[in-house]
Amino acid sequence: MLDNNQLLRFTTAGSVDDGKSTLIGRLLYDSKSIFEDQLEAIESTSKKKGHDGVDLALFTDGLRDEREQGITIDVAYRYFTTPKRKFIIADTPGHIQYTRNMVTGASTANAAIILVDARHGVIEQTKRHAFIASLLQIPHVIVCINKMDLVDFSEEAYNKVISQFEEFSSKLLVKDVRFIPISALLGDNVVNRSKNMEWYQGAPLLHTLETMHISSDINKVDARFPVQTVLRPQSDEYRDYRGYAGRIASGVLRKGDEVTVMPSGFNSKIKSIDTFSGEVEEAFAPMSVSITLEDDIDISRGDMIVRSNNKPEAQQDLEVMLCWLNNSPAKPRAKYTIKHTSNEQKAMVKEVLYKIDINTLNRSSDDTEMSMNDICKVKIRTTKPLMVDPYRENRTTGSIILIDDATNETVAAGMVV
Amino acid sequence: MSKYYLNYLDELESEAIFVLREVWAQFQNPVILFSGGKDSIVVTHLARKAFYPSKIPFALMHVDTGHNFPETIKFRDDLIESLGVRLIVGSVQESIDQGRVAEEKGKNATRNALQITTLLDAIESNKVDCAIGGGRRDEEKARAKERFFSHRDDFGQWDPKNQRPELWNLFNGKQFEGEHFRVFPISNWTEMDVWNYIKRENIQIPSLYFAHEREVVWRSNSWIPNSEFLKLDEGEEVVTKKIRFRTLGDITITGGIESDADTVEKIAQEVSAMRQTERGNRSDDKRSETAMEDRKKQGYF
Repeated sequence: MLDNNQLLRFTTAGSVDDGKSTLIGRLLYDSKSIFEDQLEAIESTSKKKGHDGVDLALFTDGLRDEREQGITIDVAYRYFTTPKRKFIIADTPGHIQYTRNMVTGASTANAAIILVDARHGVIEQTKRHAFIASLLQIPHVIVCINKMDLVDFSEEAYNKVISQFEEFSSKLLVKDVRFIPISALLGDNVVNRSKNMEWYQGAPLLHTLETMHISSDINKVDARFPVQTVLRPQSDEYRDYRGYAGRIASGVLRKGDEVTVMPSGFNSKIKSIDTFSGEVEEAFAPMSVSITLEDDIDISRGDMIVRSNNKPEAQQDLEVMLCWLNNSPAKPRAKYTIKHTSNEQKAMVKEVLYKIDINTLNRSSDDTEMSMNDICKVKIRTTKPLMVDPYRENRTTGSIILIDDATNETVAAGMVV
Repeated sequence: MSKYYLNYLDELESEAIFVLREVWAQFQNPVILFSGGKDSIVVTHLARKAFYPSKIPFALMHVDTGHNFPETIKFRDDLIESLGVRLIVGSVQESIDQGRVAEEKGKNATRNALQITTLLDAIESNKVDCAIGGGRRDEEKARAKERFFSHRDDFGQWDPKNQRPELWNLFNGKQFEGEHFRVFPISNWTEMDVWNYIKRENIQIPSLYFAHEREVVWRSNSWIPNSEFLKLDEGEEVVTKKIRFRTLGDITITGGIESDADTVEKIAQEVSAMRQTERGNRSDDKRSETAMEDRKKQGYF
């Protein structure tokens, strides 16, 4: 494996019948990521259940209930590596009642694979997946038109799905969409180029995943450094050391940069950027580093160091696209803990502006109760300002979660508009 | 801007450091669960990096089954001394002596399941609110659904169907009195990543991982080391083989593989060609299809 290989995270959303498990099984199997003892275990379970052949779906089902019921309940993470890249798959169930799991898987993904059955074309579920990919701003979307073997590998069927999808997705904000005709079952255009579809000029799925440009997926323009904790070593050698530890959320920071600490507004210069291996001249997202400043300023967890000529907005009133994740519906005007980067405050949902029907994308301002899996545009008021960017420009400084203090559970996830 | 990207190992390292710093910021009394195995050694190495130039601000907690490889204990003590951190030991033998647990009976009896009680007792008596582990999602199917910040109720139990959603890098470590968290900074690493990282960082690991001559017995498809705890069955015989271990657990349940790999480079090469998962040699996982899930629900590592 080459030293400069990148890591690509992608989600697959789908239901039992669209071949998602077969596709994942195919990717893992053909990249030699399924081990013999795992395969033997699946074979013996397949036999016990009376399946013909090996049921690859069993490989992606982890928990006892999932195996017994033959469904995916929770996000499962899978890993495989090729000579070009390391991949993390967030395998999420596609059913509407699991919207929250799709959102979870999508939150960190570089790419989304949306599976469409070539026989059925774009259905409600396809739209749901595309909408979530757009809402969570997954940079790349790959629409795999599956089961091409069942439509005689017809180019016409493929083109029909493309036009259906494009008609729908024109209302969405997806930057990079690609279409690949595949047969996950037979392996056409998954790892190897299909001999049955010579009319398709593009690359197979794996090659697409291996080569797509992902370096620009993270915002490299707006330097944002949320302080996680302050390092103050108790040793003689470092008695005066005061390092602000954190992970760069976006952008690039250099030694000597003029910076502002938010929300206090104090200005200073970067004295050094330190790592365990030594000082570095510059650091960029998503590096974890420790920063020291020229001036002695009171800085603690929750503060954000930014370049003085490019600051986020300090806001107490936010407009947010909120996905409700909890079994108990939102309580009107209740107070929640809001988490934004390393900052934590109290917040209240002041108003629900509208709810989105994720199958039709229709907005409704009549029904404003937020229950599990609902996606709503809301107004939130916080006790102290948060240093936010629009989610569309910055997935790290534009995202929040709400925690219910009565249960400590994470009840909602939000994207700053 | 193309030069501004991290390779996969740097990105995994940065993610783990971020998680470790979150632990320090969000909890009062976190510990690293240290088994002496490569994964907990890598987590400890990452903690060193995360807080440098400060010392690691956590204690290391070891659950001692009494069925150890002597090499592991020496390695642990040397590491503790060089890092200058505190060691907390939870002893399974003490739990047995106090009547908290009873030894398993029968041929394949081990102290594996007994560790759960000792671990939870040690967490409670030391008022630990977060135990950092080296668990990885690629290890086992139940682990594939584990969160970075994983909640445990006041009985130490994991409820896999009611886990807190975990989005972006926003980790929720809030808890009530008596509850605790398990945090897994290297969730997204594979066995291969761990070896490549050990190689790159030149991390010291116990000699047991390298090929060496050892007295072993062939049992359940792997070479079980001879020790004072091993009772031979009829037809079994002790032989000397050149072996190494892919994982380190109890000496009674950890099977070795025949190997000539005596350097980290050779191990990494060997692992990349392996066709069996690393836990394939762990008889604790083979007891049933959901053995890991069942133990995890009760509070296992």
